[in-house]
Amino acid sequence: MPSVTITVNGKPQTAEVENRTLLVQFLRENLGLTGTHVGCDTSQCGACVVQFDGSSAKSCTILAVQANGAKVTTIEGIANGELHPMQAAFREHHGLQCGFCTPGMVMSAIDLANRNKSPTEDQIRHWLEGNICRCTGYHNIVKAIKAGAEAMARGSK
Amino acid sequence: MYNFQYHSPKTVAEAAKTVAAAADGKLMGGGMTLIPTLKLRLAKPSDVVDLGRIAGLQGIKREGNAVVIGAMTRHADVAGSDAVKSAIPALAALAGGIGDPAVRNRGTIGGSLANNDPSADYPAAVLALNATIVTNKRKIAADDFFKGMFETALAADEIITAVSFPVPEKAAYMKFPNPASRYAIVGVFVAKTKDAVRTAVTGAGACVFRQKEMEAALGKAFTPDAIKPIAQKPDGLNSDIHASAEYRAHLVGVMARRAVAAAG
Amino acid sequence: MSAPIGAPVRRKEDTRFLTGKGTYTDDINRPRQLYAVFVRSPHAHAEIGAIDTRRAAAAKGVVAIYTGADVQASGVGTLPCGWGITSKDGSPMIEPAHPLLAVARVRHVGDPVAVVIAEQKAEAEEAADLVTVTYKRLPGVIAVEDAVKPGKPQIWDAAKGNICFDWHLGDKAAADAAFAKAAHVTKLDIINNRLVPNAMEPRAYIGEYDRASGDYTLYTTCQNPHAIRLLMGAFVLHQPEHKIRVIAPDVGGGFGSKIFHYGEEATVTWAAAKLGRPVKWTAARSESFISDAQGRDHVTHAELALDKDGKFLALRVATLANLGGYLSTFGPAVPTWLYGTLLAGTYTTPAIYVEVKGVFTNTVPVDAYRGAGRPEASYVVERLVETAARELKLDRAELRRRNFIPKNAYPYQTPVALAYDSGDYFTTLDMALKAADYAGFEKRRQEAAQRGKLRGLGLACYIEACGVAPSAVAGSLGARAGLYEVAEVRVNPTGSVTVLTGTHSHGQGHETTFAQLVGERLGMPVENVEVVHGDTAKTPFGMGTYGSRSLAVGGSALVKALDKVVNKGKKIAAHLLEASEADIEFKDGKFTVAGTDRAKAFGEIAFAAYVPHNYPLEELEPGLDETAYYDPKNFTFPSGTHACEVEIDPDTGAVQIVKFTAADDFGRIVNPLIVDGQVHGGLAQGIGQALLEDCRYDRDSGQLLTGSYMDYCMPRADNLPSFTVSTHGTLCTHNPLGAKGCGEAGAIGAPGAVMNAVVDALAPLGIADLSMPATPEKIWRAIQARAPAKAA
Repeated sequence: MPSVTITVNGKPQTAEVENRTLLVQFLRENLGLTGTHVGCDTSQCGACVVQFDGSSAKSCTILAVQANGAKVTTIEGIANGELHPMQAAFREHHGLQCGFCTPGMVMSAIDLANRNKSPTEDQIRHWLEGNICRCTGYHNIVKAIKAGAEAMARGSK
Repeated sequence: MYNFQYHSPKTVAEAAKTVAAAADGKLMGGGMTLIPTLKLRLAKPSDVVDLGRIAGLQGIKREGNAVVIGAMTRHADVAGSDAVKSAIPALAALAGGIGDPAVRNRGTIGGSLANNDPSADYPAAVLALNATIVTNKRKIAADDFFKGMFETALAADEIITAVSFPVPEKAAYMKFPNPASRYAIVGVFVAKTKDAVRTAVTGAGACVFRQKEMEAALGKAFTPDAIKPIAQKPDGLNSDIHASAEYRAHLVGVMARRAVAAAG
Repeated sequence: MSAPIGAPVRRKEDTRFLTGKGTYTDDINRPRQLYAVFVRSPHAHAEIGAIDTRRAAAAKGVVAIYTGADVQASGVGTLPCGWGITSKDGSPMIEPAHPLLAVARVRHVGDPVAVVIAEQKAEAEEAADLVTVTYKRLPGVIAVEDAVKPGKPQIWDAAKGNICFDWHLGDKAAADAAFAKAAHVTKLDIINNRLVPNAMEPRAYIGEYDRASGDYTLYTTCQNPHAIRLLMGAFVLHQPEHKIRVIAPDVGGGFGSKIFHYGEEATVTWAAAKLGRPVKWTAARSESFISDAQGRDHVTHAELALDKDGKFLALRVATLANLGGYLSTFGPAVPTWLYGTLLAGTYTTPAIYVEVKGVFTNTVPVDAYRGAGRPEASYVVERLVETAARELKLDRAELRRRNFIPKNAYPYQTPVALAYDSGDYFTTLDMALKAADYAGFEKRRQEAAQRGKLRGLGLACYIEACGVAPSAVAGSLGARAGLYEVAEVRVNPTGSVTVLTGTHSHGQGHETTFAQLVGERLGMPVENVEVVHGDTAKTPFGMGTYGSRSLAVGGSALVKALDKVVNKGKKIAAHLLEASEADIEFKDGKFTVAGTDRAKAFGEIAFAAYVPHNYPLEELEPGLDETAYYDPKNFTFPSGTHACEVEIDPDTGAVQIVKFTAADDFGRIVNPLIVDGQVHGGLAQGIGQALLEDCRYDRDSGQLLTGSYMDYCMPRADNLPSFTVSTHGTLCTHNPLGAKGCGEAGAIGAPGAVMNAVVDALAPLGIADLSMPATPEKIWRAIQARAPAKAA
């Protein structure tokens, strides 16, 4: 089996994987980082979204061997002692219910906020095309992302 | 998922050699179609040849009156490219509407074209803009490239390296997406150059096609009204639970008129 | 500080979910765990011939393969049905056996026929491909209208004409008499489309067995671990409850689909005992589509009789309800007692008669999905009412006001079994009309017309019966379980509190809401309260979470238990303060001798209870730990008005929701942040049903045509607007909180409001009706049919 080294949440992680091993399996099964979820098998639900070399990607649609040498950040890697501003905004605005889609939502939202400091409601709704939530009706997720993006912009000034 | 041999060649030549040598090899661009297909065990390739580590296949540059996009350029990069936005804004907008953000961060133009999904967006742009597909073996005109459902002119060991888009005077793409998959039920790309108007339709048929009746009418007058009398025939168009052939035929007209209006 | 009832307290559970530290079943791995993969029928209806497992058994990593015959031979029982229905003629419903793995015949695509267990998941998957099942295909029936026709294939020998039950409710003679003298009759043929619940977390189970102790453990994605333990132990594995522990850890949404006891649950538990190793199964999403119980699927003819002033005289409803190939746990209850009883809606309609035939088809079993029966009922009533208003050229709000149950009429006995305890439909209607600017709509319609758009507005004044359920009532209606709830309050020695509840939170935020109830009663911050749920080894026997019951029933049990704690605390305080118990008051976390400043803090009383050095041991046991069961006296009746405004693009038929307004009456609200969130989520599912979602099978082959998110249209953020929601609280009169429940309202009110809006937009073209989901093509075709000249 090939050996891969992927930098996950700042730490190089080396493991032997099968060629068919998906990045999400590497994260969940090899590293025990179970915050990244699998909600579908057609690469649509977005529960598995991570940051991959700096932008959002579906970890269910990347082979671990493809990710060899890449830098990956998961939901477990964004809080630094206290909640990341996007996490805090989801809590403040009740942007989550069952929590299953939440890690992917947050990771996707951070990518948007990195590109657009002050996204409109419409931009947020379109950005979430690849993140499905069955609980919230998206209303509070949209509110949370708007507030989270603004908090991130304030924090980076 | 079935297991397979994995290769990550450093050059196009090595990739071509590897895929040619494999019993049932598959080239992989961004993997946005291949990996989901593998996950559902709808394909069982012996070898997967990942083009992701080949230098020089990514990037966008302006060459004379053309925008040249490397085959492994991600959709998000095309969508965000100043060169594309200033020369062919319709192409940037099209790329920005493919899939979802995470897919656009991984999916590549070369992969999309080589796959030639009947409801993919890029084929409409390539055909309407009369782009040239550059491979490791030759240059292929858009009109010669798309051969049928998931079929192209590419040989088994032929690898797209770049796509060259001539800059049009004006162009626009309008898509009516499938509400579930978000692929195009119908997408129409119109492009007007000094010499001609080309209109390409994706999603509606088994393969992207040119609507030549509309092209002729738009050649005379580039206005939505000019194509209002033209009814796309439903014969041979796709029909599924999301849209019948008749509805798709109707949408071809609506999307074409809206694209012409948007192109200005 | 304490977090009183009514405060928008931020959720205690969020930190773990937001940091990726939630523990869902698939996140759990047990030592020496094996993986199960099910071999499923590719056919809708077939006889099972030979099952050849030899090649699969020889494949790498395979540990065991079991078929239906193996399971049957081991003496394992079949999946029980939790609710019996009696037909018109007094006969019981036909209740065929539902084996864990199919025996002799398969009855829907996805019906499991064998299970392959291997060291690795991929090995089990590959070996499953090698299991060769010889099927003899049989003709099947998919649609209910087909299934009840003479000469059609019979799915169960005992169910003649594929009828499971032929049930009715109400007074047929009275309804017929009212129709005979009606000034106007409005008729509709209604399809309530089949839906796939699609909780984002797929079902997953781990069965485990300890050979030394004989103890079973099941980790499961369920909404009601005690019920699963009872059903699986007593009916399937024939093991007593004390040898089975069921753990439902963090669960990623349920919406009803995780109430039921599924065959895969019992199979992995049974196999774990056979093999002496844990066995895990996680559904792929494409598997969820063919194995999770689905929702709705009614075909209905409904008629409303009105007098010349628009007063409703009578309602007649005939429904064919699709039950699927087998009876799921509560399948028969949904289209009967959870449906027919709600047909009075919010109105004084004096005579109602409903007939429902429960029909077997070669499809995935149908059971409760968010709202369960009540969305179907509300849809029938509200579509009829708005259609009647259009036909009679009456204002639809005014027509409703004329027929609403008056504010002073409670308790109100409907003609269909229920007695509403409280409500105020006038106020929620007015709130919604104001927030939706109903008065200004015609102007907006004209403005949209100038832009070439068709604009419509629709209302729905729904009611639901929640707080499931008074056990005696439910029992008299065929329920085979009690439906009370339980809470245990454990006061810890230094005064913090652990609550053990029989409800289960899979998104509803009980860890916060229940902590608020404790905080309010005992005067402590929510941080000092821990709410434990989802583990039969920890919590007392409760019935779980569904039917918008957790606060109204489970919260009431908690309030009762807290009262017991306070009462015992008063006795302890009286001793410590050397006062009479009658003189002790408890307020803001302090026991005080009335009229004095002599007081003991709650923590001091707790400490005294556990360190009883100075304690009335002769009269009182040490400890401060109380359990209460609460069996509701009646259902609760949340109600409200939803108003939807849409714009239709006539060129494409695409619908855009431009505004959605909800004014709901949920009684007492504990946490408005959570309540609003529940409404939003319900609305998205209701709007999804109306515009996007449609579970479709090929009518001949029975193949599921919408078996993934590529074809089953899940609502996305860009399909929906931000919602305008508000609440008005008339208190429930019979539970201590006055709470009514809020979880299902959105899914109940929205479909009617959306479809009334769509039809309203199309009405100027002469279109009087449209079925759900109102897809662009359906609308475009309706427009073409009406205005062929405009076709282009």
